[in-house]
Amino acid sequence: MVKKGPIFSFFALLIVLGIIIGFAVNPIIHNVKLGLDLKGGFEVLYQVKPLKAGQKIDSDTMSNAVAAINKRINVLGVSEPNISIENGHRIRVQLPGVKNEKRARQLLSTTAKLEFRDYKDRLMLDGSDLKPGKAKVAFDQMNKPMVTLQLKDPAKFASVTKKIASYYPNNQLVIWMDYKKGDSYQKEVGKKNHKYISNPGVEQQLNTSDVQISGNFTMQEATTLKDLLNSGSLPVRMNEIYSTSVGAQFGQDSMKETIYAGALAVAAIMLFMLFFYRLGGLIADLTLVLYMAIVMGVFVGLQAVLTLPGIAAMILGIGMAVDANIITLERIKDELRSGKSVLSAFKAGNHRALPTVVDANLTTIIAAAVLFVLGVSAVKGFAVMLLISNVVTFLTSIYGARLLLGLLVHSRALNNHPWLLGVKRRDIRGNE
Amino acid sequence: MEMNEKMNYKHYNKFYDHFDFMKYRNVFFVISSVLILLGIISLFVFKLNLGIDFSSGTRVDVQSKQPISITKVDQAFRAMNYSPERPVVSGTHKNIATVRINEELNQHQIAAVKSKIKDQFGIEPNVSTVSPQVGRDLAKNGLFALILASIFIIIYVWIRFEFLQGLTAVLALIHDAFFIVTVFSLFHIEVDILFISAVLTIVGYSINDTIVTFDRVRENIKLSRKRLSTIEEFSEIVNLSIRETLTRSINTVLTVLLPVILLLIFGSESIRTFTIALFVGLICGVYSSICIACPLWAVLKVRYLDKRKKKRTVQTEA
Repeated sequence: MVKKGPIFSFFALLIVLGIIIGFAVNPIIHNVKLGLDLKGGFEVLYQVKPLKAGQKIDSDTMSNAVAAINKRINVLGVSEPNISIENGHRIRVQLPGVKNEKRARQLLSTTAKLEFRDYKDRLMLDGSDLKPGKAKVAFDQMNKPMVTLQLKDPAKFASVTKKIASYYPNNQLVIWMDYKKGDSYQKEVGKKNHKYISNPGVEQQLNTSDVQISGNFTMQEATTLKDLLNSGSLPVRMNEIYSTSVGAQFGQDSMKETIYAGALAVAAIMLFMLFFYRLGGLIADLTLVLYMAIVMGVFVGLQAVLTLPGIAAMILGIGMAVDANIITLERIKDELRSGKSVLSAFKAGNHRALPTVVDANLTTIIAAAVLFVLGVSAVKGFAVMLLISNVVTFLTSIYGARLLLGLLVHSRALNNHPWLLGVKRRDIRGNE
Repeated sequence: MEMNEKMNYKHYNKFYDHFDFMKYRNVFFVISSVLILLGIISLFVFKLNLGIDFSSGTRVDVQSKQPISITKVDQAFRAMNYSPERPVVSGTHKNIATVRINEELNQHQIAAVKSKIKDQFGIEPNVSTVSPQVGRDLAKNGLFALILASIFIIIYVWIRFEFLQGLTAVLALIHDAFFIVTVFSLFHIEVDILFISAVLTIVGYSINDTIVTFDRVRENIKLSRKRLSTIEEFSEIVNLSIRETLTRSINTVLTVLLPVILLLIFGSESIRTFTIALFVGLICGVYSSICIACPLWAVLKVRYLDKRKKKRTVQTEA
C-alpha cells in the first residue's frame, strides 16, 4: 500500500523550498557584486617601493598606503572598489564600473608626491614634512585660488629657505608634483606647460610653518590638489606593473554570452539526468536548483566578487554536484539489479556511495583551497566559487537528494517500479 | 559468497563488459609515453605561446559593431606609432580583434589608445599591460600551486587509501596537466592567467575520477577476501572495478563536458583558452583514470609485493 504521509511531506518540502528560493532570488541577484570583467572598469597592480633610501616597507607602511588610496577613491566616488595587498609589496586596485576611467586613473596614479626642490633639482622638502589633512583652498590678493599647507617642523623650513635664499640669483624654491627621475627644472623653466607647479623666489629665511602655493590654478585644479594632498600624499612610491581595463560593452557582452551558455548547460544537464535516471534524475534536478540558489546565496553573503572565471567555476561545479547524484544513483541501480527491494537498495546505495563522494569532493576541495591561498585576482574568484560549490554539494546532492528520494521510497510508491530509477526488469537478478 | 553476489552486478548488456582493460595496459602505457614525448619535443620546437600575462607587453582587444578587418586594426595602431603583433580576429560575428604590442604602455599612452580606438571602432577597447616581473611571478606561482596541490593530494590519498594509489593518482594527474600543455604548445594556443586555473581544475577533476575508481578497487579487494599477489589476480579486480564504475565515469564526464562544450560555443571570448584547456583536460582525465592510473597501480603493486616476498625469503634462509 502506498503511504500518503511521506508523499505529503515530499510535496510540502518542495513547496516550502520553492517559496524560500522564490523570495531569495531577487535579493541575491540585486546584491551580486560584479567583477570588472563583467562590468567594465580597470585594475592596476602597483609595485610599492620606498620613497626615500633606507625607508623600510613593512606591513604598517603598506596599510598606510592602502588607507591613502582608499581615501582618494572615496574622493572619486567609486561604488565598489577593491584594494588588496599582495606578496607583501604589491597593491592591487580594482575599480569596477568606474565611469570616467581616464580621470580616475590619473587621480589614482598621481601619488600626490609634493616635493620642494632647489634649482638643481636637489630635494629640500617633501610630503612627509607636511602636517596631514591641513591643506586648504584660499585666495590671494588678486582673488585667485591657491592652496595653503602646514609644515610639521618650522625649523626645517627655516633652514631650507635660508639655503635657497643664499643661491641668489637662482633662489627659486621649485614645487613639484610627482617629480620623476630625469625631470629637470632647468629644462622646464622656459616652457609654457612646465611640469612643476610653481617656482616662487625666496628672498630670506622664513620662520613659519605656513606655506602657500599659487600656481595659476583654476578653482577646480586647486580643489583637486587640496583633495589629493589631504587624502594623503602616499607614504610610498608606486610603480604600475600590471594593468587591465575592460570596456563596459565588452563586460556586458561577456556576461550575457556566458550566462546564456550556462543556462543552456543547466538545461542540458537536467534533461540528461531525467533521461538516464528518471525519478532519481528528477530529484537530482530539484536538488540542483536548490544547489544553485545556495551557492549564489553564500557567494553573495561572503561579499565575494563574481567574475567570468567564477561563472565558469559555478557551471563546472554544477557538473560536479550532479556527479555526486550520479555516483549515488548508479549505486542504487547496482543494488536493485542484485535483486534487493527498493527500500534496501536505496539504503545500501546511499551507504556505499557516501565514502566515494566524500573522498572525491575532498580531493577537489584540496586543489581549490591551494588555488584560493595562492591565487590572485581572477584566479581567486574562481577558487572561491569552486570551494563553495564543493561544500554545498555535500549539503544538497548528498543529504538533500537522500531526504527527498527517501520520502518517496518510504511511501512505498516505488515498490515494484524499478524502472522509475532507470533499471530494466530483465536486468534484475532472478528475472533473466 | 559476497564475491558471487558481487558478480551478479554484471550487466551483460553493456558493450564494455568483456573488455579487458588490463590486457591492453602496455598499449595504453605506450600511447601515453608517445604523447608525453611528443609534448616534450613540441615544447622544445614550438615552445609555448605565452600571453602577456606571462611575458610582458600590452594587449588590446578591439571590438566593433560590424565584422572587423585586420588591416584596419593594423593601420589604426601604426597611425599611433605602435607595431601591433599577431592580430587575431575572433567572436561569433568576427567583430573582436586582439592585438599585442611588445612595449608596456604607460597610463597616458593607454588613455590615448583607448580614446583613439573608441573613436574609430565605436566601442571602448580592453587594454592590459604586464611587466616581465609580474609575468614571471605568475608562472612561478602557478607551478608552485600545482606542486603543493599534488603533495596534499598524495598525503590525503595515502591516508585514505595507500601510498601507491596516491602516487599513481598523482602521476595520472601530472600526465593530464602535461597533456593540456602539449595541446597548447602543438596548436599554438595562447596561454593566459586562466590557463593555470584550468589546469588546476583538471587536477581536481582528474583526481576525483581516479579516486572513484580506486575506491571501487579498495572495496572489491575487501570483498574478495583473498590475499592477492599475482598480476592475474589484480587484473581481475581492476577490470571488475573499472567496468563497475565505467557508466558513472562516462555519465559524469558527459555532464561536465556538456557545459564546457556549450561555454566553448556560446561563452565569452575572454575565457576561450580556459574552456579549451578544460575540454582537453576532461577527456584526458577520464582516459588516464581508467587506462593509466589503475593498470599502473596494479603493475607497481605486484612488483612491490614480489620484492617484499624475495626479501622475506632471503631473511628466512639466513
